[in-house]
Amino acid sequence: MTESTGGIEVEEETAGRVKKFMFVNRKAPYGTIYALEGLEVVLISAAFDQDVSLAFVDDGVYELVKGQATKGIDVKNFSPTYRALEGYDIEKLYVDAESLKARGLTEENLIVPVEVLSNEEMADLMAAQDVVISF
Amino acid sequence: MLHIVNKSPYQTRNLESCLRLAKAGSAILLIEDGVYAATRDNIAAAGVKAALGSVSVYALSPDVEARGVNNLLLDGVKLVDYGGFVDLVAEHANTQSWL
Amino acid sequence: MSFEINGKTYETDEEGYLINLSEWDEEAAKYLAKEEKVDMTDNHWEVINFLREYYNDYQIAPAIRVLTKAIGKKLGPEKGSNKYLYELFPYGPAKQACKIAGLPKPTGCI
Repeated sequence: MTESTGGIEVEEETAGRVKKFMFVNRKAPYGTIYALEGLEVVLISAAFDQDVSLAFVDDGVYELVKGQATKGIDVKNFSPTYRALEGYDIEKLYVDAESLKARGLTEENLIVPVEVLSNEEMADLMAAQDVVISF
Repeated sequence: MLHIVNKSPYQTRNLESCLRLAKAGSAILLIEDGVYAATRDNIAAAGVKAALGSVSVYALSPDVEARGVNNLLLDGVKLVDYGGFVDLVAEHANTQSWL
Repeated sequence: MSFEINGKTYETDEEGYLINLSEWDEEAAKYLAKEEKVDMTDNHWEVINFLREYYNDYQIAPAIRVLTKAIGKKLGPEKGSNKYLYELFPYGPAKQACKIAGLPKPTGCI
């Protein structure tokens, strides 16, 4: 084992083992490029057959709000792409309950089925990952 | 004076500073991620609601629609389009962008 | 870069992908297929139309693995195979078919 750098380490003894990757989404969809770039990385990660999960925390929960219509700002609406994740075998989508509540949102406002987690559940899940990548 | 806020109220404290330093009778325009502050039932709403008594609060509709929050808006927040944005700038003697 | 058919101009990127998805039409598809040396049959069109629907639903061009699986589900298992899709689009279904369908290059496609 080496010190975790948050990067992807492929050592001989661990190569081939499926690792647990979590992508943590913490930004609103259009104000910065993070949300879209994060989603692209997630789609690419699907090609490596790893154990991928997505967490939506803080303003990241806004990425999943349904009814987004971006014609007026002339930017691509990428919210439907979250519905494609199932076809990429990425089915573990977790949303932080506290972040939802702080923003006056409920599961009903979201475009995809998710699992809403308490602080403790989210913390446990994060701690159980091999690699956590945050956007 | 017209104040313009473009950041999410959860990412920076720009909105708080703006609300603290906006004089009665001034206008606040929420754009980009700033429009999330115009939504109800959340922890930013109280500050905006309190301000509505003394200042006018506007939100840029293309940004509201892009983010899918049209149905979540606070009562009393007025929507403007790009033309309305220009009008607000023209109507006020000066403008401050809380970047 | 661009090409022109019957007076209509289609802009493309340096790899030949259409820049504006909305400009796509059958004439453009035929031109792009010819450039790719693909003779379009009903089976080709079926994949092209499938891709356009997929893009319309999800706003991305699917990775090949995802495309194969989704086609198998919709058009039957005999069509949901790499072999079938590579026979139709020998230089890579994701790459060639996406180009003909007027979609951007799939994310993660090298």
